[in-house]
Amino acid sequence: MSQQRAVKTDSKLEKILAAGHLAVTSECGPPRGSDPDVITHKGNMLKEYVDVVNITDNQTSMTRMCSLAACIRLKQLGVEPVLQMVTRDRNRIALQSDILGAASFDITNVLCLSGDHQSFGDCPNGQNVHDLDSMQLIQTVRYMRDEGKFLGGDDIKRPPKMFVGAAANPFADPFEIRVPRLAKKIAAGVEFIQTQCIYNLDKFELWMKQVRDRGLHEKVYILAGLTPFKNAGMAKYMRSRVPGMDVPDDVVKRMSDTPKEKQAEEGLNICIESIERLKQIEGVHGFHIMAIEWEEKVPEIVKRAGLWPRPEVS
Amino acid sequence: MIVGKQKPLDEIWSMIKSHKNVLVLGCNTCVAVCHEGGNKEAEILSSLLRMRASQEESGIAVTNSGVERQCEHEFFDSVKDAIEAADAVLSTACGIGVQFIAEKFPTTVVYPGLNTTFLGAVEKIGVMKEKCQACGNCVLGETAGICPVARCAKRVLNGPCGGSTKGSCEINKEVDCAWQLIVNRLNALGQMDRYETLAPIKDWSTDRAGGPRKQIREEIQE
Ligand code: SF4
Repeated sequence: MSQQRAVKTDSKLEKILAAGHLAVTSECGPPRGSDPDVITHKGNMLKEYVDVVNITDNQTSMTRMCSLAACIRLKQLGVEPVLQMVTRDRNRIALQSDILGAASFDITNVLCLSGDHQSFGDCPNGQNVHDLDSMQLIQTVRYMRDEGKFLGGDDIKRPPKMFVGAAANPFADPFEIRVPRLAKKIAAGVEFIQTQCIYNLDKFELWMKQVRDRGLHEKVYILAGLTPFKNAGMAKYMRSRVPGMDVPDDVVKRMSDTPKEKQAEEGLNICIESIERLKQIEGVHGFHIMAIEWEEKVPEIVKRAGLWPRPEVS
Repeated sequence: MIVGKQKPLDEIWSMIKSHKNVLVLGCNTCVAVCHEGGNKEAEILSSLLRMRASQEESGIAVTNSGVERQCEHEFFDSVKDAIEAADAVLSTACGIGVQFIAEKFPTTVVYPGLNTTFLGAVEKIGVMKEKCQACGNCVLGETAGICPVARCAKRVLNGPCGGSTKGSCEINKEVDCAWQLIVNRLNALGQMDRYETLAPIKDWSTDRAGGPRKQIREEIQE
């Protein structure tokens, strides 16, 4: 990695990226219940293999244990969390308040999202809030951190020191604004990006080229998103049912041409081959491995992709 | 205009069935345009209710009338007596008309015959679509004349979100992604450079968030 960027927080993720290492992040969905062992178990599984672990915030709008509590639990295990926050469920009072709560436990990473629409989840009859959008949440965290102020203008005692991230989907429509949209997020203050799962590598390369043409790869760290397929059914489902997902037919075919008992292995192979190819792309600063309910495979992916052991930073 | 949709007949019947003398009152402006609550629809609804009354062998008398608009005093002169003579009014106006009657006639029971659905336009005959949410602080000048508050499922002011697919919103293929429409129009206007201007955090105090709204024109106020 060419450029050195100043480190502004105590985030391990930020330090690893600033030191020029390829970062590895993963994610874990909190349980649909109050059992703390689910998080502890997943956290322990990932601990030695990734730098930080995102905790999703009621993903797909299914009500779950809150992201903040699960982040605190990870932190206590010695795993650095990334607090995912969606703007769907909380207004600006609650968002700022939760940011302070997280900062009080020295949670140093936040990922700002709008969140899936509630119609996908278990409360389709609920209201959504969307007082801020994801870009405005990025601005809010940066303002709280850099100016040390609340949106209302008052000073914050001990402002939150958070490394601010967001998602980017290089495959969503309209394609022509995917790069301008990233530029807009950078203008809002985003510092790292975790992308949507990448299966269409050609399209991702095209996006990255446009990113580099505008010099954006020097302003934000881009972590390429990956989700291994467990079987051919999952590949088909992701192709046709998940909004904003681009799974090319040849990838689906490769999965379905594989005998059933070998499909999981093939899914991992595709994932690792993708990482190898993504490593060659200038401006890719690391990988975000989302092994959905398959966290136990993350260590194998990280090792086989030559990303282990993880660097130490202080 | 304000768009409404008639409530199911069963629901209407269960509201009015305990009364003796019900007046169905149409409103001949917005809800007439969408063919749901105009004076003609009020007349049809009242005959449906009379049929229901005879099926159920109920002694209830149902009549109908209508006014030009149920949201202004001046239109009520011709129906004042009929309203006072009824023991309940079933208004087929939007929620504004229903409440206006409730305020004007403190001792008359009033029921809504419609669900007020949205502020919209007649896209083509028989198809109404939501266009505005009366947020009180119009952003159309920044969004190429397409409202993200009313037409984006997440009212994203810096859109689109990651769910936009082939022009459709993530919630439903039948729903246009407002931000795709905004981008298309910025393109058509040769104003794509404007896309990168960040929309600031919105002041929602002019929206319903700020509480019931009121507006006064001093110079004409009575
Ligand atoms: S897909 Fe488009 S309209 Fe739907 S929520 Fe996202 S930005 Fe809004």
